[in-house]
Amino acid sequence: MSPRVLFEQDLETLKNKVSEMGEHAEISYDRMVYGIRENKEDILKTLLDTDHTMVDMQRSIEAMCLSLLTRQQPVARDMRLVSAALKVVTDIERIGDHVADMVELYLRMGNMNSEGKQEKLLLKMMEEAKDMIHNSVEAFVEGDEANAQKVVEHDDVVDDLFNDMKKEMMQAIREQNLDADRVVDYLMMAKYLEKVGDHAVNIAQWAIFRMTGDMEGVKLY
Amino acid sequence: MANSKITVESLNLHYGENHALKNVNMEIADHAITAFIGPSGCGKSTFLRCLNRMNDLVDGCRVEGKVILDGEDIYDKRVDTTLLRKKVGMVFQQPNPFPMSIYDNIAYGPRLHGIKNKKELDEIVERSLLGAAIFEEVKDRLHKSALGLSGGQQQRLCIARALAVSPEVLLMDEPTSALDPISTLKIEELMESLKKKYTVVIVTHNMQQAARVSDDTAFFLVGEVIEKNATSEIFARPQDKRTEDYITGRFG
Repeated sequence: MSPRVLFEQDLETLKNKVSEMGEHAEISYDRMVYGIRENKEDILKTLLDTDHTMVDMQRSIEAMCLSLLTRQQPVARDMRLVSAALKVVTDIERIGDHVADMVELYLRMGNMNSEGKQEKLLLKMMEEAKDMIHNSVEAFVEGDEANAQKVVEHDDVVDDLFNDMKKEMMQAIREQNLDADRVVDYLMMAKYLEKVGDHAVNIAQWAIFRMTGDMEGVKLY
Repeated sequence: MANSKITVESLNLHYGENHALKNVNMEIADHAITAFIGPSGCGKSTFLRCLNRMNDLVDGCRVEGKVILDGEDIYDKRVDTTLLRKKVGMVFQQPNPFPMSIYDNIAYGPRLHGIKNKKELDEIVERSLLGAAIFEEVKDRLHKSALGLSGGQQQRLCIARALAVSPEVLLMDEPTSALDPISTLKIEELMESLKKKYTVVIVTHNMQQAARVSDDTAFFLVGEVIEKNATSEIFARPQDKRTEDYITGRFG
């Protein structure tokens, strides 16, 4: 029987809060994908202030972490959880940020012809990055090192799609079969998606740190 | 790990029927601070006292195994324990200055070891008090009673007294548990400077203290060393679940 029941409850609450924030990012992202695929502007517009909610959640988790560090002086696995939580919220918040960025971009450029080659590539990127968000946060909360490692590896798929997208856009410029502003917008969107993948990788790496104390093979203590 | 000053091999200690230390093996690094942590009764203080044979004084205490200091087993029959304890000094939980002047407290040991020359004693007293970071506070009252000092000052005086006989190893058994936080921090700061010249071993119940001051930490549980490693490893990523449960406060 542990003599630190209240502290353990706090750590459970912390994990739940990170999980909730991750879920919020994931749901916003899913709605964005649906809104873009189905061209539902009304749904997309509800996502424009996603970021405010995310920032509130981030601040609340940061405050909890700092309070735990100050009052409980956690060590070992507790220290790794609290310090990693302090880091992952930044990445989760950035994902929310990029969702709002992409929604804004889409609303400005208007309907994407989802049958086009470039559009299909973008939608494919969206799908590939989606699981990364879910799996990275889940790996973090559950302390699942193997799943975290899978997220890190899956990033190559998103990166390759991003490179394909760049080639497509250069081709489009050469052949002048897309408006110049659309080329720019598509590239921006692809870059945001690539960044979403990167943030998921960061979350997964903090999940690995939570379990091992290592970050990309480097001891962080 | 740095060069080891002390190597302990297969050390077993019995108090009568009680097997208090079970096959302890350990390297203690030179010019470093090694901390022993563990719950009450785990053997950490008993083990500390093995390092200068203080347990010899305990009735019914039997020690087997080797404690090799600079290549020599201190449990060898030919070892003179007075000289051993000159080389391996000790500081206790309760500051225990002698009821005499500050000067005489420090000069006591050197006089016992035959130093009579006033100038030489003056030098030892000053050097020891400087080494224990208390000289400035007492330099104008060296011939006043040591009992008039505060608890924190008394403890630093005791450290100075240990330094006066030029030891190589300093054993500290919960040296700050009777002190207020500021005096505690002064002793901790002092330890950091002591390790430049001495090998320091500390027993502490205050895990934050072990984390703050030590280079290596050993975790004891019912007479066994469960884990010993660099302090940053022990407190960031202990290898044994029992160590982790203890330092994170999950220990039942």
